[in-house]
Amino acid sequence: MKSLSEIETTSKRASKAAGYSWGISEEVGKNIRILEMFGLPGIKNLTEYYNIKKENKFEYLKFVNKENKMKTYQFCPIISGISFLDQIQSLDKLQEIKFEKLAYPLLFLPFLSRGSEIVGKRLLLKLDNNQFILNFNISIFTNFIKNEIINVTNLASVRFLENSDSFSEHEWSQLYKLSEETFVEENERLKKGAAGAGLTDND
Amino acid sequence: MKIELRDPNILMKLSRLGSFHQSKLSFLRSFLNEFKTWEFKKDLFDLNESGYGTAVYSLRKEKRIYSLICFSNELKESERSDRVIATKWDAAFTLYDGVPSKQDIERLRSEVPKQEIGRLSYKELTLSRANKSLRAFDHVVENLSKGKQPDVNFLSKVGYLYRTTAVYGSGKFGLADRFRIKNRKEIYGPFRLEMMLVYLVRQFTFDQVNHIAKYKNPKKAINLDDKICRNLGIGNSTGLGMAPFIVNHPTLLNNWIMSREKALKKIREIKNVKKEDIKLFLSCLKKSIKNITSWNTNSEYQQKKIKDLLNDLNKFIAFFERNINFSELYLFNNIYLWSEKNLGEECIEYIVSLMIEPYDDIANSLISQMSSDEDKYFNIPTNRTVEDLRKIIEAKYSEILKIDFSKKENNQNFWFISKNKEEPRLANRFEEIGGDLEQPLAIARDIKKLYEVLDVSKNSSTIDNFLAHNNDLRHVVRRAFIAEKFPYSEIQDNIIGRSLVPIDMLRLKLSFFGAIKFDPRSDKWLRISMFQGAPLPHELKNHNDQWVYNSLN
Repeated sequence: MKSLSEIETTSKRASKAAGYSWGISEEVGKNIRILEMFGLPGIKNLTEYYNIKKENKFEYLKFVNKENKMKTYQFCPIISGISFLDQIQSLDKLQEIKFEKLAYPLLFLPFLSRGSEIVGKRLLLKLDNNQFILNFNISIFTNFIKNEIINVTNLASVRFLENSDSFSEHEWSQLYKLSEETFVEENERLKKGAAGAGLTDND
Repeated sequence: MKIELRDPNILMKLSRLGSFHQSKLSFLRSFLNEFKTWEFKKDLFDLNESGYGTAVYSLRKEKRIYSLICFSNELKESERSDRVIATKWDAAFTLYDGVPSKQDIERLRSEVPKQEIGRLSYKELTLSRANKSLRAFDHVVENLSKGKQPDVNFLSKVGYLYRTTAVYGSGKFGLADRFRIKNRKEIYGPFRLEMMLVYLVRQFTFDQVNHIAKYKNPKKAINLDDKICRNLGIGNSTGLGMAPFIVNHPTLLNNWIMSREKALKKIREIKNVKKEDIKLFLSCLKKSIKNITSWNTNSEYQQKKIKDLLNDLNKFIAFFERNINFSELYLFNNIYLWSEKNLGEECIEYIVSLMIEPYDDIANSLISQMSSDEDKYFNIPTNRTVEDLRKIIEAKYSEILKIDFSKKENNQNFWFISKNKEEPRLANRFEEIGGDLEQPLAIARDIKKLYEVLDVSKNSSTIDNFLAHNNDLRHVVRRAFIAEKFPYSEIQDNIIGRSLVPIDMLRLKLSFFGAIKFDPRSDKWLRISMFQGAPLPHELKNHNDQWVYNSLN
């Protein structure tokens, strides 16, 4: 079994050899480590992308907009991801962002996972029928459980999920009420002395 | 009195960093302190009459067990080499997490001796190999088998029976990744498991000579005296492979240096230095001179450094005896200020190390701050502006900005990864091929390039916009933002210039390991000794923390 350290170093070096700058290669190294750690096929997708890239051109998306439509070539997942990560503070306002024809979109995913941590919001990534909820770069919840390569997605959409409760106020108050059964009702003496403070607030 | 931390523009110059010495903060010393309550055991010792076979040693406390597995093999004279290009060694070692089963040992027997081309698993933590110092090893075996102890003077010239040529950890060749074990309190300090491996290997070398001598002459052979064992360490040959580490781990480098600097600052701020503390400082200083006078090297470069160090130490002792009043206020600050004014860099840093000796409380609180969660600082704050970044570079890299990279001598070398060994190397870019595959280690040159591009960029532009057009400089944009938070994260020198002395980079790292007796064999590799003078495993519980100055040599 390869260690994550080997995976990161080899992915970084391979990315440099594939034509990216050292700074971008460092990002890819970290990303493939993240994918493999979460059990997603990072090495598989990266290897195939770099093989295909030798013979094919991809479009480098430098500035991300609400709708990103390819001109001639499919979008490079790495440059699209770098731009997304770098620009995430301003993209947050757009709520939902779409990419048409994103190549090897699993390589785009870890940039979003890291972005989720930066903006403090969960992100929902839809790659055609596959969905991924990216939880602050701590975990990924998905219906994609195949160890396979996704060559391209016709439509990738990223939605910033607002921080809100996943339960109703009624459900919360029921649970809170139950938790109150661990509290002690204070009599007057306890009210005066049990907190440990003085008898006046400003002595 | 408030003392400022020392200026990184002076301290982080390579000539100063290459003058660092071991101290109470060094990793092998903090390792021994952490493990002094652990139980040591020799679990297996299955060697033949020539000393070839398998041995297992363990350190254990409660439910945690670390086991060193040693494989000792016959090696033809022609196959023995300390160079990293070697493919066979006298012995190979791995540190196993827990108690290895018979199947584990058999699996590792076929992988560990192969080293870089073998495959380890997440159950193994570190990997190493070592060669005998034949002249020392044979001399010891010969004498022990005749019932005599070896010649101490002869042994002191070598200092060890084996020397390692590499110690690997942190996920290399399939070893356990750091994340699997990073929450274990006993390994909070950096390189703890590498130190553990070397320390246990040292014991194996003693057991092996005793074993061979016994087979050679069962009636007369005696064991190597504990006192002699104590004064033998483990040698290490270190080449350029280690140098880029301190460039590639900026926050870690900062935390090492920062801990030392914080210790110095706190000590200089002590108003009333206790008599016993100044006495301990002086006693360590005087005892340590034995370590310097027994420091053997053929390197003229190092010989001059040793000579200057000895002269300066004598000058310091004379000053101390003439001028120092034990009751004067801020005594250590006065000593430091006098040293800065009157002594060379090597001696200043030597005295700084010694000043930490009396202060367990200061050192111990800093040791746990010497690791780094590097991933926390990896993301670039792209909402900052070009003006912010330019100001950071002007403040943190002022020395670097003075270098003229259009001059050939400032741009002479390039760092690359060797295809044969996947290890870092250095070559002349104007004479060798491969400059186009340069590693991103020319930080000074690239920072200057970044500064020039920033200079013609719009001040109010944000970094995300800047990067969209300048991603070739992304690696140094990241570093500059790290340097903003971590003042000692960057070497303030040019590591591709003609005047680079690479062993300065090695010495810096090795001093934090706790190595002594740096012996440069060229400007690119050196030999050192580790654990020389250290307590033996059965003495760990009550060992004297100043053992490093108690060497018989």
